[in-house]
Amino acid sequence: MSSASEAASSLASDVVTGDAVPGQWFRVRAPLSRRLRVILAICSFLLPLGLWSAVSYVPAIWHPDILVSDPGDVDYFLPGMRVDKATFAKELENAKVNHTAPPQGTLCNPVYLPSPGAVLAAFYTSFTTPPADQDGLWLHQSLWQSIQTIFWGFVISSLIGVPLGILCGAHNGAARLVEPIVEFFRYLPAPAFGTLAVAVLGIYAGPKIAIIVIGTLFQQILIIANTTRKADFSLVEAALTLGTKNLRLLTRVVIPSVLPDLYRDQRILLGWAWTYLIVAELVGATAGISLFITQQSRYQHYANVYAAIAMIGILGLGTDLVLAALGRKLFPWDRAAR
Amino acid sequence: MFDTISYLDQSQAVKDRLDRMKAREVILEVAGLTKKFRTGKSDVTALDDISFKTHRREFLCIVGPSGCGKSTLVRILAGLEQASGGQVLLDGHPVKGPGRERGMVFQGYTLFPWLTVRGNVMFGLLMNNVARAEAKKQADEWLGLIGLEKFADAYPHQLSGGMKQRVAIIRALVNRPRILLMDEPFSALDAQTRARMQSYLLEIWKKVDITVVFITHDLDEAVFLADRILVLSAHPGRLQELIEVPIVRPRKAEHFSAAEFAATKARLEALIHPPSQHGDDEEAYPSVPLLTDVRDEVE
Repeated sequence: MSSASEAASSLASDVVTGDAVPGQWFRVRAPLSRRLRVILAICSFLLPLGLWSAVSYVPAIWHPDILVSDPGDVDYFLPGMRVDKATFAKELENAKVNHTAPPQGTLCNPVYLPSPGAVLAAFYTSFTTPPADQDGLWLHQSLWQSIQTIFWGFVISSLIGVPLGILCGAHNGAARLVEPIVEFFRYLPAPAFGTLAVAVLGIYAGPKIAIIVIGTLFQQILIIANTTRKADFSLVEAALTLGTKNLRLLTRVVIPSVLPDLYRDQRILLGWAWTYLIVAELVGATAGISLFITQQSRYQHYANVYAAIAMIGILGLGTDLVLAALGRKLFPWDRAAR
Repeated sequence: MFDTISYLDQSQAVKDRLDRMKAREVILEVAGLTKKFRTGKSDVTALDDISFKTHRREFLCIVGPSGCGKSTLVRILAGLEQASGGQVLLDGHPVKGPGRERGMVFQGYTLFPWLTVRGNVMFGLLMNNVARAEAKKQADEWLGLIGLEKFADAYPHQLSGGMKQRVAIIRALVNRPRILLMDEPFSALDAQTRARMQSYLLEIWKKVDITVVFITHDLDEAVFLADRILVLSAHPGRLQELIEVPIVRPRKAEHFSAAEFAATKARLEALIHPPSQHGDDEEAYPSVPLLTDVRDEVE
């Protein structure tokens, strides 16, 4: 039976990586050529970017506001101010009726939608301009703070979650004892522990790391336990007939057999930890990339906000790609990675 | 037990060989083995009062219809399942749980995918606290014996099915077990590879002091390999007959067309697929209506 499923899975991977069949685009799981796969992956980023560029640079698509360049005689207009089209049209009409100087301006998007070019520029300048606050942090310092928060949160969660998960996956008694309470905690939103974490751990790094741990740990225990439970039992039986005993069965058979899957789980869970970052950093004294984002949005520097958000995405995706490549090196025998 | 033994016509050479075999010490003794499974309220008897002995260097095959519990039987012998009653004695000592003195080869190859071929062969030795250098030396010797020394550093997924099963066999043998249990080891292989593996297994068995208990549903395979064939009946699994295979050794491909081969197989067929009992637990296959205009000599 296992050999049959092996054959089926290798067949399936052949189909996915096989040559494209002309005229079969819409067949379920139709194979793609390598070139097409690369092109589609690039388009995955280029299409949203193109849409964003179109909305930003082609005035006919949206541009609901007008950027005032010359206020004329309108007393409450200022240069660089954004007003909606209706208000601007009304003031233009007033100026015509009263024979005062009309205001001038160009079509623009709302302040919360900067153009890709503006975000790109902000991406560059936010690393090169000093912080607005005297005791503020540079963007890279904020990022470094965030990375440390994620790192320690994830390490602490993994130090508890991975061994406990493996134990639950390998031993039914442990699973019965641990999993029900974990299932309960899993549903509690991590931010709900914010004030409690501050009361216990102060206002600096402690509660932030704690939120990440709370957000990650309970899922981690259950996911790692489930993966461990899927260890091929026939390998365990083979090891038994070779004279393997007790703890060695766990350390020499069960864990190695699921190690590539555990590694994949950890990659997914690391992504999970990142999604808790902003909430965690708002707990206590706001810090890290969240401090940068909240400050910049207070000044309405939305290009900087987008640049910081993009930075998180780039860091996350970059880390995952590096870890995926490392996984292929670490587990050359893993068929799912090939 | 003795009234279930069937002696097909034996040549003097076969009889002498079997006599010599039966004079050797008993390696494995199964006495009154019973296995019941709980399904809801009622018990289902999978194995009922199975008793037999295997002698040193014997090649014993166990055959039976599907559902006769032959896999359950060999798993109990391996210690992977508990019997509900009766005893399994290895060298006179009752078997409790799995152990290295009973090696096993499974239908799925069950090689450890994260270990190289050498690592797989070394595994049992390391688990029994043989020093790493010594384990490596022995593993390489055994790999040389089956001609796979070139693949020592390859991973199992890089091997063909036949090679994997060869590695699985020596992985069990390197541990120096008293008995080798094989649960339909070649059924996942294609017909050609299977035939070669059968000859190769006999080749290994000839050179190594090992007693084999071999489960199969392939009657040709059983006749070709076995000294004696244990036939089980289904629902519940009972010992039906113990057949002494009247074919001389060494076995060769031409034995497949020998008269003794046909006689043994006919006896097995009669036991496993008795003509009267059709329709009992086998579903009836309806006749197919005529759906073609082109009628040729096929009818």
